[in-house]
Amino acid sequence: MHRFANPGQFLRLSGAVLPWVSAGALVLTAIGLVWGLFFAPADWQQGDAVRIMYIHVPAAWLASAGYMALAVCSALSLVWRHPLADLAAVEIGPVGAGFTAMCLATGSLWGKPTWGAWWVWDARLTSVLVLFFLYLGHIALVRAFDDPVRGYRAGAILALVGVVNLPIIKFSVDWWNTLHQPDTITLTGAPSMYIAMLWPLAFSTLGYSLAFAAIVLARTRAAVMERRIRGLLMARAASQEPAP
Amino acid sequence: MTNLPYVAASYALGVLIPAGFALAAFLRVGAARRRLAAIDPRARPGAGPRLRRGGVR
Repeated sequence: MHRFANPGQFLRLSGAVLPWVSAGALVLTAIGLVWGLFFAPADWQQGDAVRIMYIHVPAAWLASAGYMALAVCSALSLVWRHPLADLAAVEIGPVGAGFTAMCLATGSLWGKPTWGAWWVWDARLTSVLVLFFLYLGHIALVRAFDDPVRGYRAGAILALVGVVNLPIIKFSVDWWNTLHQPDTITLTGAPSMYIAMLWPLAFSTLGYSLAFAAIVLARTRAAVMERRIRGLLMARAASQEPAP
Repeated sequence: MTNLPYVAASYALGVLIPAGFALAAFLRVGAARRRLAAIDPRARPGAGPRLRRGGVR
């Protein structure tokens, strides 16, 4: 794993993988969204508002999965002090916050016609809002120190503490009596969803997941190159300083 | 289509937010690559197969 986490190796591998991941993201997301918007059936109770699901569910999945990725990078950073894990964690934060905001906004747009309210202080909604604040806290904390390494350490600790929120999000609909519906798709049971709705959801979820990966890969590539630029400029400035 | 404004707003967010992130990320990569090539001759496109493909170590 350390071999693949070498910055040069990472640039080579990510450069080869990125065009394919980006193309896959574009194609699968387009198929999922067009299918969901024009060809999937409307719900007998919710009408066409159910089509918001093809955006909302992938965004919700990626809000949690992105945070898990952030926590894994933070653990790698704290245990092995690997600079690439630090850079990846810093770059995952804003993307995860963006997808969490998308989840909250589309949930609100779905809640208004379905529940009659833009927002309720329901356990699921509130725990996802807490996740959004954790992302914002991480973004602010890693940039709050003059010494970037101290910022990475503080951000990593915050990210690991915040992991406790992920099972709360997952099980909030079981532990509390919530307005938000329970999970329709689980790992253990058959999905309680009409198959004509399940396929476009699978395409959009896979497409958005690839898009998330492509964005994080591209941002991390840029961060590695920017760090190299800073290193070269500092080395050049040091070599031009007159000897005391 | 019922609830059209809500569906349209959701799809607009679902396209614009990831597209914005993607565009910003790819512009940032391009800018970093150009800047690196300007200050590091080894990272320039004609600098040999290993560095041309891999960029930097």
